[in-house]
Parts: sequence; structure tokens; C-alpha cells
Amino acid sequence: MHAMSYARVGDVASALAEGADPDSRFLAGGTTEVDMLRIGVARERRLIDINDLPLNTIEDLPGGGLRLGALARMSDVAATPSVRERFPMLVQALELGASAQLRNMASMGGNMMQRVRCGYFREAGMPCNKREPGSGCAAQGGFHRGHAVLGTSEHCFATHPSDVAVALVALDAVIHLQGRYGERAMPLEDFFLQPGDAPEREHPIEHGELITAIEVPAAPVARTSLYWKVRDRESYEFALVSAAVAATVTNGVIREVRLALGGVATRPWRARAAEQMLTGGPAISDAFEAAASAELAPAVPHPQNAFKIELAKRTIVRVLERVSAA
Amino acid sequence: MDGPLEKIERGPEPAKLSLSVNGATLVAEVEPRASLLDTLRETLDLTGTKKGCNQGACGACTVWVDGRRVVSCLTLAVACEGREVTTIEGLVEHPMQEAFLSCDALQCGYCTPGQIMSAVKLLEEGHAGNDAEIAEWMSGNLCRCAAYPHIRQAIREVRDGEHQ
Repeated sequence: MHAMSYARVGDVASALAEGADPDSRFLAGGTTEVDMLRIGVARERRLIDINDLPLNTIEDLPGGGLRLGALARMSDVAATPSVRERFPMLVQALELGASAQLRNMASMGGNMMQRVRCGYFREAGMPCNKREPGSGCAAQGGFHRGHAVLGTSEHCFATHPSDVAVALVALDAVIHLQGRYGERAMPLEDFFLQPGDAPEREHPIEHGELITAIEVPAAPVARTSLYWKVRDRESYEFALVSAAVAATVTNGVIREVRLALGGVATRPWRARAAEQMLTGGPAISDAFEAAASAELAPAVPHPQNAFKIELAKRTIVRVLERVSAA
Repeated sequence: MDGPLEKIERGPEPAKLSLSVNGATLVAEVEPRASLLDTLRETLDLTGTKKGCNQGACGACTVWVDGRRVVSCLTLAVACEGREVTTIEGLVEHPMQEAFLSCDALQCGYCTPGQIMSAVKLLEEGHAGNDAEIAEWMSGNLCRCAAYPHIRQAIREVRDGEHQ
């Protein structure tokens, strides 16, 4: 790892002042950042440790929503009783991610900023448009079994690795940012950019801007929800396909449904086409299969990851069957 | 958690860090880029914590920071000033150590310090109800020798108070 300086700050204003240095980067849980620095993919020369900022609270909002401080740890969010009661799929997504040690370290804000696990992104000697714009994509003709089939471009099709972001996107979460010139908020879904022609740009966040919180609006539908993760190993592995689903079914009719996919797309993938087809329709397998097919219709397969299309469809049907029977 | 009143500024050259390790205050002169793992092993001569993958995947380097199990390879030593670090050397005749011995919960033993540091916290966290739960919540600690059945047995026995 290259040499670097370090500063630990205790308040947001100091963090923003330090973050103005173009050669700096914020350090939260470090589970991605230290890894990226060690393998030479991150090149910053100064780390601003923000772990002492007062941004680690987990608050219940009036009406049933949540406000998760950006520095709240994955393990603490998952262990919060009100989160467990109101948002089962959020807890399941958290607890099916990484390992107990990493969940103790990793912050919610950092989780949103984690980098892709494409082997060519991590290998400094290989072409990668995300790491080195214009250098090419070694995954196209290389090993890409874990790569995305939705939201891809010819320049990059690395899978977004987060589990909890998938559940949060299904829940219409809002991310709050603070920069030197003010605060702003946006739907979390918009915080994740598809690679398009600029895979190096992953988030609409400015250098030195801080994530301060993630808000989850009240969602009674989420009390009947599920996060299902399909992977090569039973534990401590990234998803091949995952699905976050919440549904309200009365008299066999789907009144409300939320569906998002992980493991198959370049961003946490809100399955809006499927949601639209399902809402107001019968909660039967034929309808689930039709919705799953519609959602995966635009999928772009590569030789090693084509199996994900069928796997995603089956996963969607399975979670809808389970949650509508609950 | 309240922040320190004064900003901490270190590096890039080596700086003397005051670290609280196993209840003692130790001084390590390292650069900010030094991991807690390397600092423990190479600078403070606490070699009980093991280096496996060095990328957060194997759990051999598991220690506690402020009472929580973490991987020390992805933790910077400089970020531990003002925190309480506990390593396997900080456990003395702990029931979990006794159980690992009596259950033969190891072959080569390289992953064992990390397994034990993780297992003690697993019980505190309350995720050792049955073998499936133990396996899930210990999945961050790999054992190349696949001593998993005996590791789970050791954890069960400590859970059930068989090693006091």
C-alpha cells in the first residue's frame, strides 16, 4: 500500500473542510476502502476518518419510517427491534451479507459506496473501463459468471454487490447528502448510476460530499416481506440472484407489491415492469411467471452468465409465491 | 459516541500511536497505512493474531475493537487510537480455549485464534441456538482443515456451561 496521511475529525464541518482536498477520501468502516488501497485500485494520499462523527443513530420516525445514520453499522441496524418488526426484508438482506465481523465494521453509507467485485476491476494490470476509462473491458471475453444481465453496457457489466441496497431500493429509501455548499436528498435508486458510456462514475455524489443518512419511509406492506438470496455457497458469498419482495394480498388479489433484484444488475434493480403487471392482478403462479418474464425481457446474456436469466425468473416466482402465501 | 475534542493528524511518516491492547497502553511507531494486524504482529510482537488472506475473507485475524469482533487486516492501527483492542493474548484460560482443546477443534491451528475470538463474541451476541445458526454466524472464520464439526461442538459446550 502506498504511503498516506490520516486525519480523524469529530464534526461534520471539519470533515467537509478536510474532504475538499482532491487527494483525500473518507474512511468509515474501511472494509472496502482499505481493501481498495491495498490492491492499488484506490490511489488517494489522505484518509479522513469520519467514524467519530455523530451520524450513527438509528431513529424511528413518526408514522413508522426509519432514519439510519450513515455511520450506523450493518449489525446494529439488523439488531434494532423496530427494524426487525417493520422491515423483515431489510434485516434479512443485512444478515445474509458478508460475515459477522464485516457487518460489525461496515457502515450503511459505506455499503452504498462499495465497489464492484469484478476480478478485472480489482486487477490493476487488466483493461477495465471503470478503473481506467477507455482501456476496455476484460470481462467481456474473460471470466464473467457473476456479472450482470440487466443495466449493462458494452463498456461495463459488473454486478452491483450490495444486498441491503436492494431491499432499500424496494422500500423507496431516500439518501441524504451534505456538502460544503449545502444539503440535498435523492431517491436511493437514483444514487446508483448504470455504467452506460461512463462506468467510472458510479454515484451522483461530488468529491468531498458526505452521506449523512438513509431514510426509509413507512411501508406497512413491508411487514410481509422477504429477502431471498441464491448463491454458490450457503453463507458468506455474493448473490448470483437475490430478490427483495413485499406484498399485500387480499382475497387473492395483489393490492400492493414491491420487488427489487440483486446479483443480476449493474445497480440495485427495482423491478418496476413486474410490479406494474402484478398490481391489482391475481396472486397466482401464472401471473408471477409472466411478470418475471417481462422484467427479464431486456436482459443481455454473456456466455457464462446466461443462466442468471432463468434463475432470476424462478427466484421472482418463488419469492412471490412465498410472500403471497404468508 | 462523542468525538474527540481535538483533531488527530498522523503521517504520512511513521508516528507514535498510543494503543490500548488487552488493557495495557502500548506505543507503536507506524505509518497510517499500517493495518492493525501488521502492527500487532510486526511492531508489538503480539503474534497470536494470524494473517491469512489479508483481504477480509478468512477471519484468521479476528480481534475485538471496543468489544466487537472485527477483522484486523481491514482495520488501520491509526484508527484504533482511543479504542480498546483485545487479541487472543488477552484471553487467559477462557472456557472457549479450554473447549477447543478438549474438543480437538483444530488440526493445524492457524485459524484457531480467530475462531476463538469470534466464537466468544458469537455467544455474547446470542446466535448459537443450534448448529445451523452457529455455522451461519461463524461463516466469517474459515478453517482450511475443515475442523468445523468440532468447532461447533466446542461452542455448544461453552454455551451449555460445560467449561467453567
